[in-house]
Amino acid sequence: MSSVALEIVDLHKSFGKLEVLRGIDLTLAEHEVVCLIGASGSGKSTLLRCVNLLEPIDSGRIVVRGEEITAPGVDVNALRRGIGIVFQSFNLFPHMSVLRNITLGPQKALGVPAADANAHADELLARFGLADKREEYPDRLSGGQQQRVAIVRALAMQPGLLLLDEVTSALDPELVAEVLEVIRELAGEGMTMLIATHEMSFARDVAHRVCFLDAGVILEEGPPEQVFGAPREPRTQQFLQRIVQAGRL
Amino acid sequence: MVGVVAFAVVNSAGWEDVKQSFFNRQEFDESFPDILSAFWLNVKIFLIAEVFILVFALVIAVLRGLPGPVFFPIRALAVVYVDLFRGVPTILVIYILGFGVPALALPGVPNEPLFWGIVSLVLVYSAYVSEVYRAGIDSVHPSQAAAARSLGLTHGQALRFVVVPQAVRRVIPPLLNDFIGLQKDTALVALLGVVEAFRQSQIDVAGSFNYTPYIATAIIFIALTVPMARFTDWLIARDKRRQQAGRLA
Ligand SMILES: Nc1ncnc2c1ncn2[C@@H]1O[C@H](COP(=O)(O)OP(=O)(O)O)[C@@H](O)[C@H]1O
Ligand SMILES: [Mg+2]
Repeated sequence: MSSVALEIVDLHKSFGKLEVLRGIDLTLAEHEVVCLIGASGSGKSTLLRCVNLLEPIDSGRIVVRGEEITAPGVDVNALRRGIGIVFQSFNLFPHMSVLRNITLGPQKALGVPAADANAHADELLARFGLADKREEYPDRLSGGQQQRVAIVRALAMQPGLLLLDEVTSALDPELVAEVLEVIRELAGEGMTMLIATHEMSFARDVAHRVCFLDAGVILEEGPPEQVFGAPREPRTQQFLQRIVQAGRL
Repeated sequence: MVGVVAFAVVNSAGWEDVKQSFFNRQEFDESFPDILSAFWLNVKIFLIAEVFILVFALVIAVLRGLPGPVFFPIRALAVVYVDLFRGVPTILVIYILGFGVPALALPGVPNEPLFWGIVSLVLVYSAYVSEVYRAGIDSVHPSQAAAARSLGLTHGQALRFVVVPQAVRRVIPPLLNDFIGLQKDTALVALLGVVEAFRQSQIDVAGSFNYTPYIATAIIFIALTVPMARFTDWLIARDKRRQQAGRLA
């Protein structure tokens, strides 16, 4: 773990009067998997969306692989091509087949020829057990399958950094495992990932580092054993206690 | 209800005269072929205008949705355009353009009334149809655009491949509704002296002092608009069924 994949420095973000992020500092090394935990409404989604410039930031710096993406005049389209994001609600394009969902980005944003884009998509679909869904439309798939397609869609852009925003929260419990399995596999391959999640046991397994987001700052961070096993901050202890009581750890 | 009205009409004091002057079988048979062949011009006006309206209105709707302060003047212009042409009665636009522009005798500018009649219809209906498009575009959840942008697609590409195709599907029934109106309004071009169906019936009426040709014209218009209205109903009903089946999310 040497070079830096993502560096966030003193990031502030408000929606009107509500200051959601109050100075976030976070660094991810290449191939590192960081899980972001925190109560609902603590700003996890907002932070991920800021990293992909889907939300404009108020102040601070975000540097992705040496390039400051928050500098004025940055080509946001070029930047986003290198960062994948998967949303809680899948956000597949309902009017396109699975294949088209996956090849749209590579073809239109990267200029990959159709044949190559299709071949790469087929390869990814086969790898994640979705080969037979190639021609289906999203509304014919289960939630778990839709979310796996959404992950494949992000991977088809060959991103250097993958942002996952509570990708299992909208799923029925029995469909969660198949999606987590995909993420585990990606972690095993060394994909750099920033993962907002409520799945604490998954975070414990897969994360190199866990960050607890509270009141707009990263209140505590460390290896999962430490954050889950011996949290230093009282707020972290409270949060984890509530999670345990809810039967999720 | 209809029966009562029909009874009242048929038993009214003037019915015999009206019957003679509006429902004269012989007059009908004589004028019908003329009017029908003149009606092809209405169909042509309709088809030509429709093609331009579909394209132009979409351009207006897209311009109106351009993001950021840079495009404020363009957005404002689009708003002014829509307000103007929705506010001024169609008949006035036709008079002003149809008589005004040719009277200017500008070199290189066409001065055929038919041309300006079609231009007027395009301008007026584009204002309405652009609002229909805009409602459609607004109805596509912003997460769809976000997903497209996150793949590195530009604002234009996200609109073209993701937002507009979904929007258009949703607004086909209201679009058809506007086109039923357009079909009727092709008769307004008669005001410029263009011999379409309505103008032809006026000529026939003037020649025979009998109003039956108007009835013939009305029947021809109805014969075209009613099937379109039923088709629109059918589309709406089908969309509703699909939505209930949870297919169109
Ligand atoms: N587009 C927005 N406009 C206004 N407020 C927002 C917007 N997005 C998020 N928020 C607010 O910001 C806070 C953090 O939201 P979010 O980042 O979604 O939290 P989390 O993902 O941790 O649940 C919440 O209070 C939410 O209501
Ligand atoms: Mg969230």
